[in-house]
Amino acid sequence: MPSALINVPAKAKRGDIIEIKTLMSHIMETGYRHTASGEVVPRDIITSFTCRYNGTEIFRTDLYPAIAANPFITFFTTVTESGKFEFEWIGDKGFSETASASITVE
Amino acid sequence: MANANHTTRRTFLGLAGGAVALGGVPIVTVRPADATPAMLSSAIRNIVGEANVRTGKVKLDIPPLVENGNTVPMTVSIASPMTADHYVKSIHVFNEKNPQPNIGNFYLGPHAGRAQVSTRIRLADSQKVVAIARLSDDTFWSATADVVVTLAACTEEAI
Repeated sequence: MPSALINVPAKAKRGDIIEIKTLMSHIMETGYRHTASGEVVPRDIITSFTCRYNGTEIFRTDLYPAIAANPFITFFTTVTESGKFEFEWIGDKGFSETASASITVE
Repeated sequence: MANANHTTRRTFLGLAGGAVALGGVPIVTVRPADATPAMLSSAIRNIVGEANVRTGKVKLDIPPLVENGNTVPMTVSIASPMTADHYVKSIHVFNEKNPQPNIGNFYLGPHAGRAQVSTRIRLADSQKVVAIARLSDDTFWSATADVVVTLAACTEEAI
């Protein structure tokens, strides 16, 4: 069962730079490993992560098999108004998960 | 003394052990070819095109010695004022010896406030990691770090 952990401050002052931490539980199977019988384990990774703030894209990442399991990504943004961050992870085998977090800007 | 034609228990075991070791070799070589420095430079060319990549402005924080290549913390930060006119457009991270040269591409904008991203990566071998930043004036800046990995990622068998 996929699950996301999001860390966004609940409150901030207008113009503050805040740090956003995200973690999505995912195996991130590289596609380069073999089973004991020699078969290739098919690739199963998250390929894209996007963060939107009140509908506008503020951060996007392309992920490759070299990203460790349970991708943990942190980045910064400037907050100007109260609103909602929406996070979206898209990957192989139809993987698609979303999460959101709200912030109050004073 | 045993003569050459007489198989003793010791020589038999020695030969058997050698055969097992030889039998093991193809399993080891099943590993995919590593990304070569040539693949690294072509992956970089795909991003930067013909532009000149200069050293500086970028800071790549990664431990110089890691025990477990399966999860290596990495932070890339760029000295940039992050204003509407001068900001970082994107950050691209590459490696030299994983099966694939790409690690990740991160796209930001002037609203980011601080040009810094962190994540955790996999390293299949002791190698060079390269971070390249594209600024708003379309210049490219890079930083390089050498990492020694004791336990490599990707090589273990899946259950």
